[in-house]
Amino acid sequence: MATTATTDENAIHPDLALIEKVKAGDLSAFEQLMRQYDRQIFRIALHITQNREDAEDIVQDTFFKAFQKLAQFQGNSKFYTWLVRIAVNESLMRLRKRKSQKTVSMDEDIQTEEGSIPRDFADWMPNPEQNYNQAELAGILRRTIQGLPPGFRTVFALRDIDGLSTEETAQALGLSVPAVKSRLLRARLQLRERLSRYFRVPTGEQA
Amino acid sequence: MNCTEFLANLTDYFDARTAASLRTELQQHMANCSHCYVTLNTTRQTIEIYRNEELFELPEPIRVQLQQAVLTKCASKLKQKKTQHS
Repeated sequence: MATTATTDENAIHPDLALIEKVKAGDLSAFEQLMRQYDRQIFRIALHITQNREDAEDIVQDTFFKAFQKLAQFQGNSKFYTWLVRIAVNESLMRLRKRKSQKTVSMDEDIQTEEGSIPRDFADWMPNPEQNYNQAELAGILRRTIQGLPPGFRTVFALRDIDGLSTEETAQALGLSVPAVKSRLLRARLQLRERLSRYFRVPTGEQA
Repeated sequence: MNCTEFLANLTDYFDARTAASLRTELQQHMANCSHCYVTLNTTRQTIEIYRNEELFELPEPIRVQLQQAVLTKCASKLKQKKTQHS
């Protein structure tokens, strides 16, 4: 009697089935992949470029490039990680164009230790974000993360906001795992230090 | 363990990648060092606050526009390929 046991097939990622369909000329499968990841790609591009128009263009360019290069996708990494790598490269290219003279890379401004050593040891208020309305809070968080060097905020965005693993982040950015870890630590500490201004228990109220 | 060593292990601690013995050492350090205790807690909150806020949303109308633009380009690419093959 026939069984359905073969459907398991070592839990193949659903993206791979869609990719096979796209390779066979099925555009609706590609549309599905886009719907799945376009928001994240937009967010990553915006984190790097800090410019909405650029980020929108990067979404287009990333997916079109992915479509054109799909034959090169080996399936040994996640499709999303592969896509992120294209988006990061596109974003850095845009940044370079904008700054024309200045070289821009993931290594920019990472030498400085500034802000990576904690100095503010005041505890925060309980649920400090609730002391601000939605727009104020979003403004604070945006300004704060935008103050980080691109190499730091990209690692933080991929690892902590998007939830990629350290290894996937390293793969997407073409960095080593220790480099990702070091940047992540410094990004987290710098953000913490800067947010402390807004969230710390007011002086005089500390225990 | 001193504060520098504590900080160096902070990322692994958050990711629960530290061996049990190191974890105990980190916890012992924190119990005696209010600065590191605060640093750990506020760093944890930093991550949580960023994770919970949808800061850079792609508005739905623009999203649809972008999807359509990409699909149009892909369709013409497919057509091109088919013409080349025929």
